[in-house]
Amino acid sequence: MLELSHLVKTFHPGTVNERRAIRDLSLTVPEGQFVTVIGGNGAGKSTLLNLISGALFPDSGSVRLDGQDVTFLPEHRRARDIGRLFQDPLMGTAPNMTLEENLSLAYLRGSHRTFAPAPSRKNEAFFREKLRSLDLGLEDRLKTRVGLLSGGQRQALTLLMATVATPRLLLLDEHTAALDPATADKVLALTDRIVRENRITTLMITHNMASALALGDRTLMLEQGEILLDVSGEERASMTVDALLERFQHQSGAQLVNDRLLLSRG
Amino acid sequence: MTAVALRGAIELGLLYALVTAGLFLSYRILNLADLTVDGSFTLGGAASIMVALTGHPWLGILAGVLTGALAGLVTAVMQTKLGIQPILAGILTMTGLYSINLRVMDGRASVNVIGKVTVFTPFQNALGDLGKLVLIALVGAVALGLLVLFLCTQVGLAVRATGDNERMVRSSSVNVDLMKTLGLVLANALVGLSGALLAQYQQSCDVGMGTGVVVIGLASLIIGEAVFGTLVYFCTKRQGVLTGAGCAVVGAVLYRLIIALVIQYNNAPALRFLHITASDMKLLSALIVVVAISYPALRSAAALRRKRARTQKQAKGGGS
Ligand SMILES: Nc1ncnc2c1ncn2[C@@H]1O[C@H](COP(=O)(O)OP(=O)(O)OP(=O)(O)O)[C@@H](O)[C@H]1O
Ligand SMILES: [Mg+2]
Repeated sequence: MLELSHLVKTFHPGTVNERRAIRDLSLTVPEGQFVTVIGGNGAGKSTLLNLISGALFPDSGSVRLDGQDVTFLPEHRRARDIGRLFQDPLMGTAPNMTLEENLSLAYLRGSHRTFAPAPSRKNEAFFREKLRSLDLGLEDRLKTRVGLLSGGQRQALTLLMATVATPRLLLLDEHTAALDPATADKVLALTDRIVRENRITTLMITHNMASALALGDRTLMLEQGEILLDVSGEERASMTVDALLERFQHQSGAQLVNDRLLLSRG
Repeated sequence: MTAVALRGAIELGLLYALVTAGLFLSYRILNLADLTVDGSFTLGGAASIMVALTGHPWLGILAGVLTGALAGLVTAVMQTKLGIQPILAGILTMTGLYSINLRVMDGRASVNVIGKVTVFTPFQNALGDLGKLVLIALVGAVALGLLVLFLCTQVGLAVRATGDNERMVRSSSVNVDLMKTLGLVLANALVGLSGALLAQYQQSCDVGMGTGVVVIGLASLIIGEAVFGTLVYFCTKRQGVLTGAGCAVVGAVLYRLIIALVIQYNNAPALRFLHITASDMKLLSALIVVVAISYPALRSAAALRRKRARTQKQAKGGGS
């Protein structure tokens, strides 16, 4: 379970560049819930994920993961429990190492690293099986350098790496935005399957309103560092993209002037 | 080349292979240009000589390894905890070490152990002329073997990945700063070992012993990769940690052979006018490093020029 209470983050406080990216944001995500997050450019979505992952620390407020206060725990310590994917497929993998080495490194997330051999023979079959489940033909390429894979393959691999040692929390920041539409759909379907199978508590940022409603159990809309909309259950199940937009406009009392959001309604 | 000269070149090559292996770890694997090496090499030599003078040559070698590791630790802390740029951190340690090395050597610019027992003495007594080579090869094999084994462990894997994608390593719950520190400590321990052995090998240590060792090591590594690395890749289509260690050894030995050949043939008609001596090798090393590192940039610039020339020609052809 993830509990955020009264998070505040201001960039460059007290200067002309002051930006209040997150303002008094509280949120509770129960165990196993899959939350999709939408919002315009600069709404504070990435900042929110950075506060949760420990890449940034809040000015005030707290982050609790399964009851433990992790607000100021360094990023690599928190990473024991948190899997993370970014928009850029190059970010999540080591290009000059093989698939097997990348997976071995990720598989040890959260456990104490020892002087046992790695990659070890005994994991090979397991990794092969996991790669097969991606259905991208990567199972025969364990010894290939990751740098030789395509962007979509690398992002699928990153997804596998983030979940191969099941995390308590999965943070996805527009992880399909840099992929072509067909590949994006495939990675999205994989995401849904892996999250469901392992019942991972997940926050997924997306610019695609349709997939925000289609995937997951709950949808949040962020604007100016605040949660403007929080729909789940029946209400969400029957919601269309147009209804969502309408609710947003009603709630914010403003016309939605975000090309990117409007463009990706489909 | 005489047998003695050849053996001498191989001995020196294997000694310096430890430096090259250290640079393989810091420069190739961790992607850090670590200039500590010039200082930690001399520090290892100085510690080795001073302890050997007390009659404990093996403790001297150990002292060289430990002081080298300590130098690496200082640089690593500057880089990871004090926010000093990697190159500058190395330069600062190296500069500070110059004074420290003089202090270690009791303020003398040069200290020798001529007539004293060194680690080589028993081997020379037992094996004669081959004694030195055997000991160097043994120590080198053990040190490089341990390095390769380490890099194939879970911790070693994390060190290797740190140089490749720091961010990904951090999100795999690895303390990246710790991995860099570990890498720099190990790299400089190898360098310290090399200096420690060299000092006892030549029975003396002088405060300028380490000058240019980084560049020599890099040049050796590049030569090794160009020759041995390419060969292994051609045969097996793989580039592993073991190949890297092999490149360090082959490169360092080839480097010393080149020097031996240059010295032998510097009076040949074609070369005489250059007046090449052993001291010119540092210039040659620097040139090798410049050429090897700039090669990709030069190549893509040339490709761009060719492409532009081609399109211009086509445009002209179309217009007429
Ligand atoms: N490192 C930073 N320094 C200064 N300001 C920042 C920094 N990171 C984010 N901001 C500001 O904080 C606000 C929220 O940014 P954030 O990246 O969280 O938006 P986002 O919702 O992820 O937007 P996008 O959809 O474009 O990714 C923006 O106004 C941005 O300019
Ligand atoms: Mg963002």
